[in-house]
Amino acid sequence: MLVTTSIEPPTRAELLHLYHEMLLIRRFEEQCNALFLQGKIPSTLHLYIGQEAVAVGVCSALRPDDFVLGTHRPHGHALAKGVSSRSIMAELFGKVTGCCKAKGGSMHVGDMAVGMFPAIAIVGANAPIAVGSALSAKMRGTQQVTIAFFGEGGSNEGAVHEAMNMAAIWQLPVLFICENNLYGASTPISQVVAVENVADRAAAYGIPGVIVDGNDVLAVQEATRIAVERAREGKGPTLLECKTYRLCGHSRSDACNYRTRDEEAEWRDKDPLVRLSRYITEVAQLATAEEIAQVAEEVEAIMQDAINFAEESPEPQPEEALLHVFWEGN
Amino acid sequence: MPEMTIAEALREGIREEMRRDPSVFCLGEDIGIPGGFGGAFTVTLGLSDEFGHDRILDTPISEIGIAGVAIGAAMTGMRPIADVQYGDFLFCMMDQLANQAAKMTYMSGGTVKVPLVMRAPVGSTRRGSQHAQSLEAFFTHIPGLKVLAPSTAYDAKGLLKSAIRDDNPVLIFEHKLLYGSKGGRSEKGALTAVGEVPSEDYVVPIGKGVVRRTGKDVTIVGKLLTVYRALEAAQELAQEGIEAEVIDPRTLIPLDKEIILESVRKTGRLVVVEEDNITHGWGAEIAAMVAEEAFFYLDAPIKRVAAPDTPPPFAPPMEAFYVPSTARVVSAVKSLF
Repeated sequence: MLVTTSIEPPTRAELLHLYHEMLLIRRFEEQCNALFLQGKIPSTLHLYIGQEAVAVGVCSALRPDDFVLGTHRPHGHALAKGVSSRSIMAELFGKVTGCCKAKGGSMHVGDMAVGMFPAIAIVGANAPIAVGSALSAKMRGTQQVTIAFFGEGGSNEGAVHEAMNMAAIWQLPVLFICENNLYGASTPISQVVAVENVADRAAAYGIPGVIVDGNDVLAVQEATRIAVERAREGKGPTLLECKTYRLCGHSRSDACNYRTRDEEAEWRDKDPLVRLSRYITEVAQLATAEEIAQVAEEVEAIMQDAINFAEESPEPQPEEALLHVFWEGN
Repeated sequence: MPEMTIAEALREGIREEMRRDPSVFCLGEDIGIPGGFGGAFTVTLGLSDEFGHDRILDTPISEIGIAGVAIGAAMTGMRPIADVQYGDFLFCMMDQLANQAAKMTYMSGGTVKVPLVMRAPVGSTRRGSQHAQSLEAFFTHIPGLKVLAPSTAYDAKGLLKSAIRDDNPVLIFEHKLLYGSKGGRSEKGALTAVGEVPSEDYVVPIGKGVVRRTGKDVTIVGKLLTVYRALEAAQELAQEGIEAEVIDPRTLIPLDKEIILESVRKTGRLVVVEEDNITHGWGAEIAAMVAEEAFFYLDAPIKRVAAPDTPPPFAPPMEAFYVPSTARVVSAVKSLF
């Protein structure tokens, strides 16, 4: 099933907001790459460049009290859900002001105060936890929806299958968002998935399987809204497959020798940020190129502030490693 | 004061906590199906009559899912009690326990809590290798998990209630031969671990061991079923003039080190009895701890009585050979004099 075009066209403010959110992720990731090369970020990084329309499209269709569970590639999910760029950047620097007090690092960023679980870096392991969160929302009667992001590679994990089945039998308010970026690290999807679309597997659980252009933020947002509405009405989960592409390596050390430069160029032409800015300025004609540039300036200011904050924040004392093995209270 | 089996005591503990706190619920395989088992060993039998099937939640055979659902619910305001049919199935959910539940508080910088309880039956009971292991030691090695091992009905209820109220993931290991489950779920060779259990609210604090028998000549530390083997051995030894002190730590993580050290400082001898296989086991950890902290009080080497390094065998003669017997405990103690 392909999603049709939006019923109500988005307003200028909505469009500029989406662009702002997506550009923030893009610039955040580009800066991370540079800061890594400068030796300021001590860990490896799984960057979200190219997939911004998925996180922003999905999260822009949520309530602030809804929950999101990210993956080992979580910066985009966390930023889109409202975790502050300061606290994420500080976490990447290994500073005590980080969202996980320097205990988590790049792959575990999160902030439950804004509904972002600590990101879960074991592929597919977040899906059953998301189902538990959705069960909890149903039991508490809050109508909160929970999102589990995973890749097409993650879709092959047993945990994901158990999760989808349980969510389906209990009709829980959870959305399984498959970010199909065509490669699990270096392995192409054709080698590890026998069906044409990951969403086809939804039929096995008796839930809707929806396919959407993951580089079209408006399409992702609309598909998410439909699924969220269903979930809040008690009609159960949806598997939403967003077809997209990593415009960067799997991790910092990846030269992408397993895919062609032609393929990369094709997808660069479908860059979700370029598409959205063209839509805003040329199709909808709701803002000018200068106004788009204005958004970019705002984003640069936020980024500079986040980097300054991270650089100026203190490092943890070594023996703080001993804290928080068990819950020590708020 | 009413007398109860461990299965009954656990059931009452769950019932009282579910009445007290609406966020407490149970999930697991075959725990509330009408006409079903009430869990593999009857612990949840009849609870769905009072609490309904939303709070006594039957799941598919999906151990990863059970653990993950418990974690997600625990992180968002609920207090799940997950029922594992056999402890061996914990291996199916190992990622969720070891990488998720145990680490969530730590890797979130102490901003997230995971108040879940996981109940798992252990012990060799003529079911072969995959329904018989004693897995306690595995989980004591994972920072972030609390591990309990109640051996009496009083402790089972009291520790379960503490576990439910704890804000951390807590694993409770229950021995299949101690449940006292009745009817079709009763176990051949089971002990009648029936004991007095108060009807009123009480808890047994996590992290506090208990002296089951006092003695001056040797300290025997056991857990679950081996506490009873130690007590039987102590009786035999008494006839030969050896007075054994039997310690039941009840909680494996956090461990009440002091109750063991205090006893060893008095007796000068230590035997650790466990049903797990011996190498890199729980007994090794207790021995190392005593060697580090009370070496100069020891009058003899520390002895471990444990299962050999094989999977649990099936045939009754082999199983009886595998599981530490009272006779092996007696002989280990005598070798120290």
